[in-house]
Amino acid sequence: MTAARVDLATLEQYSREIRGTVVQMSHASGAPHLGSNLSCIDILVAAYWDAVRIDPSQPSDPGRDRFILSKGHAAAALYATLALRGFFPIEQLRRFNEVGYHLPEQPAPDCVPGVELATGSLGHGLGVAAGIALAAKIQRKDYHTFCLLSDGECNEGSVWEAAMFAPAQHLGQLTAIIDYNGWQATGRSDEVLALAPLTDKWSAFGWDTREVDGHDLAALQDAIRTDDARQTPRAIIAHTVKGKGVSFMEDDNNWHYRIPTADEVAAARRELQL
Amino acid sequence: MRNRFAATIEELAAVDERVVLLSGDIGNRLFNRFKERFPDRFYNCGVAEQNMVSVAAGLALSGLRPVAYTIAPFLTTRALEQIKIDLCYHNAPVVLVGVGAGLSYASLGPTHHTLDDIAQLRSLPGLTIMAPGDAPEVQLALESALSVDGPVYLRIGKKNEPVVHAEAPPFKIGESIPLRAGSAACLLSTGTILPEAVAAAEDLAQQGIEVALHSVPTVQPLAQDWLASLAKQFAVIVTIEEHAHAGGFGAAIAEAIADADLPVHLVRIAAPDQFHHDGGTTKEARLRCGLSASQIAHRVKAAYVQRAH
Repeated sequence: MTAARVDLATLEQYSREIRGTVVQMSHASGAPHLGSNLSCIDILVAAYWDAVRIDPSQPSDPGRDRFILSKGHAAAALYATLALRGFFPIEQLRRFNEVGYHLPEQPAPDCVPGVELATGSLGHGLGVAAGIALAAKIQRKDYHTFCLLSDGECNEGSVWEAAMFAPAQHLGQLTAIIDYNGWQATGRSDEVLALAPLTDKWSAFGWDTREVDGHDLAALQDAIRTDDARQTPRAIIAHTVKGKGVSFMEDDNNWHYRIPTADEVAAARRELQL
Repeated sequence: MRNRFAATIEELAAVDERVVLLSGDIGNRLFNRFKERFPDRFYNCGVAEQNMVSVAAGLALSGLRPVAYTIAPFLTTRALEQIKIDLCYHNAPVVLVGVGAGLSYASLGPTHHTLDDIAQLRSLPGLTIMAPGDAPEVQLALESALSVDGPVYLRIGKKNEPVVHAEAPPFKIGESIPLRAGSAACLLSTGTILPEAVAAAEDLAQQGIEVALHSVPTVQPLAQDWLASLAKQFAVIVTIEEHAHAGGFGAAIAEAIADADLPVHLVRIAAPDQFHHDGGTTKEARLRCGLSASQIAHRVKAAYVQRAH
């Protein structure tokens, strides 16, 4: 079910397109969290065009890999990725956050094909992902479960409950990816709580950990791609930049909540060569 | 009740390979046989109730029928948001079983009392809430719960409670189980307090006051027609529960009466809305809360006499 391998130049083009789309979606809908969306787009592209074995025409195939967006505030990035990957028509993205339409500001149950879980309150995704991975083990299926978390999300105690559970149950078909963009809503994620050393924490909790440049698509592909016969869950710490891809948004936490103006959308899209 | 739960879940797992039992690090010896028979369908999730509920959601969303079991306050209050989002929002078919509900663990103090679970959970859309009154009702409730296409919370006691039903009664979610006929009032008892309600009804009969008594193992969803029918038959309805006044079974009945404008006088017998620090046995704690059989009988008699005059 893996898509035909796509060359890196094309993947980079997809990342730019999704970034431009997400900036436009924020402007049109008034939905915040733009910086958090932009930081995880390369992770989504590397996952959905390579490691995640899924057929957009069979979104409920019991044998599919599962990708859980635990940082539900990056819904726009997920929707744009799913649309470009072929789960639903790209034109529908214009109706993001429209009242009563099935593209809500945060993922809802069964909102569009490809969305596996309703999220938005942080700290839920990894536990559910662990349950889905445990189900694969019980049912002797070979699908893999991926879960994308934010660094601020790692403030939640429930993340660490799941982090202790997965290695105890030898959930080798589970991968956590942490979008380590260094910010949470109101401050640096290493300062609000003692998050660092984050990689050491995941290692100490019993996960196979790996650090990666979260904007290097080739490195991300290499890190996320799954192998077989593994007994230990994997944690990928992806070092990212909040607001990545738009110079005046990069590493500026105002874009956690700010909505871009029409002029800012145009400037962003010019930078993204769109 | 918990022994009957363990026996029943083992029987259900034998006939349905989707059944998976999760425990919050309790009931070790209780589930020895289950673990021997179904080693890949029992998981000790540790003292991590939030994660246990999320894991249960993941299992349910993958086609399995998980049953998550631990001490009632830790399962409900601790993991409330996981129940709300991961289970109810997704309508995930998970059965939560809270053991030691009400004042079962009276001596351990307010940390282990469960007098607020119904109030907290009743506002969650799509959640079925059941409170069986004795071991046979535990078995029937669990069997029914696994057929519900959505989340269910089962609130059970501890062990060695009196058995009220000599034989398994007819059981259907949403319907009550008549135990006595009478006309002075209708007593509706939910959950672990049932033996006290039975004794209260017997006490009243000896005083010449014949009351009807129903065990009500389903707290939610309440059948509107059922209550309207009772309101036509009785001038006084009495709810009895081992739960706080605020938001519990009696409150649910009060809301239903108000919403349907039913012409009936309601007496709510429940624990006072406060922490109960004094410890002691369940019997002693019930006495302090006005939930002993004689106290229940006294309240019912007073209401009956007041209405009669």
